[in-house]
Amino acid sequence: MQFALSIFLSGISLGGQYALIAIGYTLVYGILRLINFAHGDVFMVAGLLMVYLSAFLGSFLSPGAAIGVGLILVLALTVALGFAIERAAYKPLRSAPRMSVMISAIGVSYLLQNFATYITGGLPQTYPALPLLSNNVIIGGVSTKVVTVVTPFLVAVLVIALTQLINHTKVGMAMRAVAKDFETSQLMGIKINNVISMTFVIGSALAAVGSMLYFTNYPSIVPLSGSLPGLRAFVAAVFGGIGSIPGAVVGAFIVGMSESIIKGSPFSIFSDAFTFALLIVILVVKPTGLFGEKVTDKV
Amino acid sequence: MLKIDGLRVNYGGIEAVKGITFQVPERQIVTLIGANGAGKSTTLRTIAGLVKPSAGRIRLQAEDITGMSPDRIVSKGITLVPEGRRVFPDLTVLENLKIGAYLRKDSLEDDLEWVYSLFPRLKERSWQAAGTLSGGEQQMLAVGRALMSRPKLMMMDEPSLGLAPLVVKDIFSIIKKVNEQGVTILLIEQNANMALHIADTAYVLETGRITLTGTGEELLNNEAVKKAYLG
Ligand SMILES: Nc1ncnc2c1ncn2[C@@H]1O[C@H](COP(=O)(O)OP(=O)(O)OP(=O)(O)O)[C@@H](O)[C@H]1O
Ligand SMILES: [Mg+2]
Repeated sequence: MQFALSIFLSGISLGGQYALIAIGYTLVYGILRLINFAHGDVFMVAGLLMVYLSAFLGSFLSPGAAIGVGLILVLALTVALGFAIERAAYKPLRSAPRMSVMISAIGVSYLLQNFATYITGGLPQTYPALPLLSNNVIIGGVSTKVVTVVTPFLVAVLVIALTQLINHTKVGMAMRAVAKDFETSQLMGIKINNVISMTFVIGSALAAVGSMLYFTNYPSIVPLSGSLPGLRAFVAAVFGGIGSIPGAVVGAFIVGMSESIIKGSPFSIFSDAFTFALLIVILVVKPTGLFGEKVTDKV
Repeated sequence: MLKIDGLRVNYGGIEAVKGITFQVPERQIVTLIGANGAGKSTTLRTIAGLVKPSAGRIRLQAEDITGMSPDRIVSKGITLVPEGRRVFPDLTVLENLKIGAYLRKDSLEDDLEWVYSLFPRLKERSWQAAGTLSGGEQQMLAVGRALMSRPKLMMMDEPSLGLAPLVVKDIFSIIKKVNEQGVTILLIEQNANMALHIADTAYVLETGRITLTGTGEELLNNEAVKKAYLG
């Protein structure tokens, strides 16, 4: 019973963290029809930023203040990174074939990984303990970190805020319009480049929050730390139907829960293989995913 | 109001518009007629800022607006009802109307009332997704959406395309009504008969060049036009 509870807790917390990354994939895909391969690496960079900023700020601030200021700076810098990647690597290719943009995204992914290797010297970096989140709690006899319990609630709040933004604000309406039809959106007076930047800003901000939750559960960060969570979140987004936000969230919880169950079984070594088996099955059975729109001409 | 001077537009190597000059006087209905591929849509898309011309000038009143971005052009009071309507299918009728007023910061109530009074059908369906409307209703929505920007000049690209004759009649009577309320109209049509009947001024466009000009009435009675466009 306690074992099941601990699997469940780690499943929903992983699911929530993947959801925050998956939303970034799905938002960008929805607007640009681009799989942003660099997104997982942006998540990793957010983690590294926290490592270096907390050390740097800790040299002249109290530990609590250093973490607090660090979190805010990580959020701001990750958003700036996402914005800059779009402007530098994707915007100049706006009218190029989709394949070119995809290759540019792969290039950015390697650039970020190489840069991280250069900065860290390839050595694992220890993620700072976040006050409160890193503390232990006992739930139903199971000992876990506070972050495990906080994650699903924080994710719920962020997802609700995001869907409100998209469905009930002017910016959100512009995002939905641009996702359907660039040209007609321009005729309405919408600056499509601003709307596209907005999706990268939102995606990166959520990835930054995701990194704070995720790395608190892991001892260290290496330059490749973004690639597996990134891939799993991508699978989650496809599973739920890429382009759909509820799809990404549901997909992420399914992927997180399955991972947790398999890791708790004698077959734990197969957990990644299982994630991709899941992807293959969904692509065969329902290519548009759980909540996906019908394949449009833009794809 | 709008003066086009020596406008040329290239797509890759192909010249779709080969140096055309024409004017749209304030408060008039002006029509451009011409066969498929004559360059009618290209002309409107260039005025709207979606395509950059390779040569020539576009002036609105005294201002040179050549090469401005589409959002600047909308803010100057020019709007385009695009070919094939292009309503946003997932947005509701009301959202489509609101997005037409995207650049405006003032209250939209009066204009929504105005559009609903022109197209009562849209009011009944304001919560319906635009993709579920009939073709005629979508055309009404596309026109209503354009009007929500409170344009001085409304350009329309083949509003009658694919619509039943009765609906076409409705749309044309609305065009006249909107024009009487002070909006200048630049209308493109394959349905030359209808267009020439309501036009104050008309131009015939053939493979990227203007070949004939006159009042709507004059072109209706022109032998060459009768033969080529009125069947
Ligand atoms: N995006 C494009 N790329 C390349 N060529 C184009 C493009 N759009 C139009 N053309 C070409 O430019 C020419 C004029 O096209 P345009 O759409 O302006 O014609 P039109 O008069 O509106 O015709 P229709 O009545 O069929 O709508 C055509 O030969 C067309 O093939
Ligand atoms: Mg055309």
